[in-house]
Amino acid sequence: MTPETAPPQVFTDLQFWIVCIGLALGSFVLRFGFLGLIGSREMPEWVLRHLRYTAVAILPALVTPLVLWPTHTGGVFSLPHFVAAVLTVVVGFLTRSVLGGIVTGGVVLYALQAMGGG
Amino acid sequence: MAVSTPFSSFLRGMRDSLPFILVAGPFGLLFGILATEAGLNLFETVVFTVSIFAGAAQLTSLGLLQEQAPTIIVLLSGLAVNLRMAMYSASLTPYLGDAPVWKRAIAAYLTVDQSYALSIIRFEQEPEMTVAERYAYFFGTNSVIAPVWTLSTILGALVGAQLPQSWNLGFVMPIAFLAVVAPMLRTPAHRIAALVAAVVALPAAMLPFNLGLIVAGAAGMAAGARAELVLNRRSEAAA
Repeated sequence: MTPETAPPQVFTDLQFWIVCIGLALGSFVLRFGFLGLIGSREMPEWVLRHLRYTAVAILPALVTPLVLWPTHTGGVFSLPHFVAAVLTVVVGFLTRSVLGGIVTGGVVLYALQAMGGG
Repeated sequence: MAVSTPFSSFLRGMRDSLPFILVAGPFGLLFGILATEAGLNLFETVVFTVSIFAGAAQLTSLGLLQEQAPTIIVLLSGLAVNLRMAMYSASLTPYLGDAPVWKRAIAAYLTVDQSYALSIIRFEQEPEMTVAERYAYFFGTNSVIAPVWTLSTILGALVGAQLPQSWNLGFVMPIAFLAVVAPMLRTPAHRIAALVAAVVALPAAMLPFNLGLIVAGAAGMAAGARAELVLNRRSEAAA
């Protein structure tokens, strides 16, 4: 890796290590929490009910703005990106396959961009 | 019913996990490539993946680091994605709780979507399994997937360093997120949670410090939980 081909890093090393260590410890606490500390005590049902929906809520919340205003188009709506994103969800949902979704989205995006000359 | 031993349980867990190689392998590869694109070196990428050991949370925090979100938001969002691990942990406790603390700690570290999903189904179907057999099965489900995930991440990082900048992989990250979330939309309540979170995220994006993510995520969770209650009541009323 020579300096001129090294990709630009927009965050500091300190930031990276704080996130890495914090997330590693935090994730372990979440995983160990009940199995390790609470043992056989039951969690309240309403807590479990909310926890069930964390991943399906936080990921779309994160990604929807990125789809409608992609960072590397400078935040301008782009039809190829939008179509690729929609088809990723449709195929991923229908095939229940992460890989199927990624491949579909990637192929559609690059195909549309190639057709558009972009 | 054949006589089962911890060893045969381990092998069965291993066998049941094999289809997930097709998920963990390419996903690890992709994460390695994206981590390199974000500017992480091989050492950082490996430490990140081995210490956190949760693809979706890694992808989330890496994406937000690149969006130059405040560090605390990056951390909270990564943890929010991993909150489901607390639920997994709670639901495994009746089956794995009766073991030495070091064994529970190792199991906790290895709690991922695949090992949880495979194990909880097996434990529910076969209540006669001993605790030793359950642990053997659980570790078996990780015995192939964990090395595959780690090695494919390393491979991705090595490949990523060779890819030309002109490939413009920026949008692969959102695509990967969507591909991860789509198969999770199993029930109407899951779909409502995702839809509400996505819609709320748009106006909430104007909030400072990327707080919109937390607000939209919380709205989605509340909507999902609420929808589950209402739909359950309705189906009970119909029954």
